[in-house]
Amino acid sequence: MDEMLLTMQGIDKSFPGVHALDHCNFELRHGEVHALVGENGAGKSTLMKILAGVYSKDEGKLLFKGQEVEISNPHTAQEMGFSMVYQELNLMPHLTAAQNIFIGREPLKGLLLDENSLNEKAQALFDMMNLNVDPWMKISDMTVAKQQMVEISKALSFNSEVLIFDEPSAALTDVEIRELFRIIRQLKETDVGIIYITHRLEELKEISDRITVLRDGLFVDTVDTHETSIDQIIKMMVGRVIYESAPEVPEEPSQEIVLEVKHLSRDNALKDVSFQLRKGEILGFAGLVGAGRTETARAIFGADPFDSGEVIIKGKKVNIKSPSDAVAHEIAYLSEDRKRYGLCLGLDVKTNIVLTIVNQLTAFLGWVKVKLVNSISSDIVEQLLIRTPSLEQKAKNLSGGNQQKLVIGKWLARNADVLIFDEPTRGIDVGAKQEIYSLLNELASQGKSIIMISSELPEILRMSHRVIVMCEGRITGELDYTEATQESIMKLATMRNGNNPNNFNKNE
Amino acid sequence: MKSKANNREKKRGAEAVQRLLAFGALVILFIVFSFASPYFFTFSNVVGILVSTAVNGLLAIGVTFIIITGGIDLSVGTVMTLSSVMAAVVVKNLGLPVPLGILAAILTGTLAGIVNGLMVSKLKLPSFIATLGMLNVAKGLALVITDLSPIYFPLETGWNELAMGSILGAIIPGFEIPNAVLIMFGSALVAGLILSKTVIGRYTFAIGSNEEAARLSGLNVGFWKTFIYGLGGFFVGIAGVVIAARLNSAQPALGQGYELDAIAAAVIGGVSLSGGEGSMLGTIIGAFIISTLTNGLRILSVPQEWQIVVTGLIIILSVVLDILRRRSRE
Repeated sequence: MDEMLLTMQGIDKSFPGVHALDHCNFELRHGEVHALVGENGAGKSTLMKILAGVYSKDEGKLLFKGQEVEISNPHTAQEMGFSMVYQELNLMPHLTAAQNIFIGREPLKGLLLDENSLNEKAQALFDMMNLNVDPWMKISDMTVAKQQMVEISKALSFNSEVLIFDEPSAALTDVEIRELFRIIRQLKETDVGIIYITHRLEELKEISDRITVLRDGLFVDTVDTHETSIDQIIKMMVGRVIYESAPEVPEEPSQEIVLEVKHLSRDNALKDVSFQLRKGEILGFAGLVGAGRTETARAIFGADPFDSGEVIIKGKKVNIKSPSDAVAHEIAYLSEDRKRYGLCLGLDVKTNIVLTIVNQLTAFLGWVKVKLVNSISSDIVEQLLIRTPSLEQKAKNLSGGNQQKLVIGKWLARNADVLIFDEPTRGIDVGAKQEIYSLLNELASQGKSIIMISSELPEILRMSHRVIVMCEGRITGELDYTEATQESIMKLATMRNGNNPNNFNKNE
Repeated sequence: MKSKANNREKKRGAEAVQRLLAFGALVILFIVFSFASPYFFTFSNVVGILVSTAVNGLLAIGVTFIIITGGIDLSVGTVMTLSSVMAAVVVKNLGLPVPLGILAAILTGTLAGIVNGLMVSKLKLPSFIATLGMLNVAKGLALVITDLSPIYFPLETGWNELAMGSILGAIIPGFEIPNAVLIMFGSALVAGLILSKTVIGRYTFAIGSNEEAARLSGLNVGFWKTFIYGLGGFFVGIAGVVIAARLNSAQPALGQGYELDAIAAAVIGGVSLSGGEGSMLGTIIGAFIISTLTNGLRILSVPQEWQIVVTGLIIILSVVLDILRRRSRE
């Protein structure tokens, strides 16, 4: 066995009130992809942020090529050759791709910046990785996938020997993930050690060589990928057995049509979108990022205008001009970005739950009836099993899964009939995902109608009664749950006008 | 490759259009006022506009750096006053040569900026609060040092000539543009170069665009913020020299309210209050729009109280236009 590239021994880290890492171990070989998995709060990101110099460890040793090293800030980490591609992309939207990559290391001509050489260096980097990115394009004008390419290029520009990916696939579509894997494999060839944090366990087999599992800040084990099954990994992660791929047979929805959308169009974003949603149905919306799924949802919800088309609710044509109109028609939209659009993070659990109905819970002069608020919100907390120490806990202190439940609870309090979920399990760990899934099934069996937008095919296949597939603003197909397979959906999702789907990266 | 080049051209074109918009507004103001009054477009009146822009222009340059980092500086007005007081103390009370007086003013401004920067970067105060505190500290110190009464510069020191003399007039007879105007344009040029062509400018935009990303990229954000606040203070110090020279005195009660005109100039010129966007050219055009408007309305005998109302409306209008333009781009 050759020398380890990196060894972390007995790493310990506490934050006020939380023992985030309890003497964790981790090692990385040259040219391997080492996956790091665990539920949210297991300590994966904390461990990696210690490597990247964002946090400093309380205890433990760090060996790099056999030498003990200290990392005090992001700058020394970079100089040592450790780079991290963060989960929330850390780019400066007003600067160009090249300016972002070489921030802090700008080539100079005398006292002035040398913009030409900056762009040339960035172009060389993109060429090396076969990426189609314009060095001079502003980050704010790019798709998320392109932004991530810029982040990866930036990490590479440090001639890094250790590259850390923190859930890089969370915001990408399947085609884009394939492109990411191509890049990672190319990097492996050059002997770079890669640490890959992910929640999408189906990726492990495809990309990783070894897997390390953390649970509640504790090191569980490091295993060889090809000797271990996904179910074993899940068992290690949660300490109990969950069959992630166990299918749940959807119950037959009733035939009553709750929501009908006819010929919805908005310049290039939406082209003649028509579909029906039945009572008690989970309607999956599949497609690549940018296919127009979120745009459809936002148009129905009144968040964006549309040029033509109509929305019919329970047989009556309605004119929804704003989200408040939509809410009045008992439609709820649960954004993929919970923190930005779903919750008031600084407010407590009960205030968030009653936010949409608090105007109905008032006495004379708008005086809020606190007892009523407490009883409604504690009912919701019990019903959804939201794990919170009290109703007064601030929303920002809850885990991702519990925040998502809180958003759902908010709309349940409102008693919405149509619930539109946009990526309901994004960034949520395996255990909490199960709970969200059974919650969705329960809501459907209670007669709620659900539209579920998701970029995770297993999720779509598992949950949906019917699947609608979109591509470039059009609906390219509708599949019954008996017809829907990964292959049939992907085929429809890449039905561009005459373009070869494999060329995705080269086309904008 | 060809389509890339085209894209690039288009992008540049769009940015140029944005800058032309503010400049176009200024030209329209000039045309309208010229038709409205025969006294407007005369050499002496235009020079008057230029001179009256000088102080606000310099303050706006200083505040532009800080707004682009995503902060705000409310202290520029009173720090300018404190700078002019320090210059007067050095030149009048201590009887030292004029260059030392200039140095004292600029050092005062820079130091106040650095203190603001340290409060923001090390003590993690919101810039609004830190500079609101500095506004009052500087205002109080100016009053304490002068014992509430103005300090006049002795005429023989030639202090007044710093702003109101004309080097240009000495070179080209008849073209008597006061030095204050040259100082402002010179400062704007230097500040513009710093902002667009040096790493200092690049980091100013980077911090304003996404501070956390800048930090994680290995930038010493605390140091650069302090540096940029100090740089802003440097130009505020120059404003202190210019206003003291124009009035040939340090007026300790003056200053408060100037910060709002400076911020308005930056905003009219397209500097985004949420950070990450702006240019010195825009800021200077913004400062000219304000002083042209004030001057034109005065010539048309619009009462001063109405001039203030119009300035307010222009600020609102320029931001509304900016928002509409952004929306149409998406």
